[in-house]
Amino acid sequence: MAKYLFLIYGDEQAWEAESEQDRADKRAGHGAFAAAAGAAIAGGNELLPAATATSLRGTGGERPTVTDGPFLESKEVLGGYYLVEAPDLDAATTLAGKLPELAAAHGGVEIRPIRTMG
Amino acid sequence: MTSEAEVGEAVAQAHRREWALVLAATVRVVRDLDLAEECAQEAYAQALRTWAVSGVPERPGAWLTTVARNRGRDLLRRESVLRSALPLLVTDEVVAGPEPAEFDDDRLRLVFTCCHPALSRDAQVALTARLVCGLSTVEVARAFLVQETAMAARITRAKKKISGARIPYRVPSAEDLPERVGAVLEVVHLVFTTGHVAPVGAQLVRRDLVEGAVHLARTLYQLLPGNGDVAGLLALLLFTDARRETRLSGDGHLVLLDEQDRSRWDAGQIEEAAALLAESLRRAGPTRYSVQAAIAAVHAEAPTWADTDWAEVSGLYDVLRRLWPSPVVELNRAVAIGFRDGPAAGLAALAPLLDEPALGTYAYLSAARADFLRRLGRWAEAATSYEEALALSGNEVERAFLAGRLEEVAGRLG
Repeated sequence: MAKYLFLIYGDEQAWEAESEQDRADKRAGHGAFAAAAGAAIAGGNELLPAATATSLRGTGGERPTVTDGPFLESKEVLGGYYLVEAPDLDAATTLAGKLPELAAAHGGVEIRPIRTMG
Repeated sequence: MTSEAEVGEAVAQAHRREWALVLAATVRVVRDLDLAEECAQEAYAQALRTWAVSGVPERPGAWLTTVARNRGRDLLRRESVLRSALPLLVTDEVVAGPEPAEFDDDRLRLVFTCCHPALSRDAQVALTARLVCGLSTVEVARAFLVQETAMAARITRAKKKISGARIPYRVPSAEDLPERVGAVLEVVHLVFTTGHVAPVGAQLVRRDLVEGAVHLARTLYQLLPGNGDVAGLLALLLFTDARRETRLSGDGHLVLLDEQDRSRWDAGQIEEAAALLAESLRRAGPTRYSVQAAIAAVHAEAPTWADTDWAEVSGLYDVLRRLWPSPVVELNRAVAIGFRDGPAAGLAALAPLLDEPALGTYAYLSAARADFLRRLGRWAEAATSYEEALALSGNEVERAFLAGRLEEVAGRLG
């Protein structure tokens, strides 16, 4: 088995503009995702808005510079993640395809394999 | 003892016909693309030495596979510590026996892995040409207009992605198969067309790419029996390639369809293609490839250029543009209309394409326009269009042809 990180990206303003019903649907969607994934989910969380981010940037000197905001400024931001176990990329892709964020016309999911040692 | 030349020819033939089989079966044992390539290459090198003494084996592919796989197992035992840096390929099960029954499945595994949708199209094409068709990195780089170092980097990156992201070495499920086959066929077609008219260089045709693509399409046809799309692509490649020998004159000049010696078209290959086309239409109905094959069939069946049924050709392009909307199809349709209704109609059909950005650097648009203007006797405009086409074409044989036509129309200017 391999581990993958599912990084959920989207337009934060669109997320914030969602109605109560939209949010309830999405919660239900994550419930369905979790049910489908079962024990494959090793972790996962929703993140607070990108405005709460603090970024440290290496300077090559003694101290990094500290800035307010996400590491990369872009319209689409990281909104949450799952850590999942899957036998291969096809299985991981099928699983990630069930995430409710993919129903929206913005954003999407990046699948990153986790480096394993040995 | 077998003569050196005989052995060389036998090994070269085994490389053309069975490289994919040897590599694919080895990948399944060692579960590492680089290591498998190394072992397969060594097996071919050993064949040169061994076959000179013991003769060419009855089944060269099986011999080479066994040697490559044994070599792989040896290396794995010796270097098990070094080889753990990258994860092994995910496969269904590792076969233990020295002569597994499922060679064919292994070739399909290799093809589907090389054309996996998680790889970019460029990477799919490069990997397929390199791993499945067995071309060297230099050859692949030259064919696709990329520096050798850049092509080597592209192939390395793709292999790392396959192993790192765990793209499985597997034939897709029945549910995913049609879409995945579609991606494979697009790659095979691209390899073929790149070989059929090399984008740059002194040769018109790159035999290595054309033959690699035809061989792969044949293999897919055997391995995926009953797939109408595969039959359609194979039909298209065979119809097109049947004209190969007549596309150049004895002194190396380009000969277009209207002047080709049709008696030298490969009749056997055309017959085979026609049967495949019928099968494809029966199984899958009109598809992108079968309709293109049908267009090629109209040409193949016309005894002379003057007998070409241009109404049929234009009608088929009308079908094709619905199945596969693309500026290149529009261009070919406009040309067919020009032969059906005359050069003025052709020119009118080409007009809307002049603003098409995708055709902005496409030499055939300028060449087609130039040809209609020439037929209309509009010499000055024809000369300008030939100049444009010349500036856009990188193939020496095509350039020589265009330069000849340019000279001809410039001469009429007085």
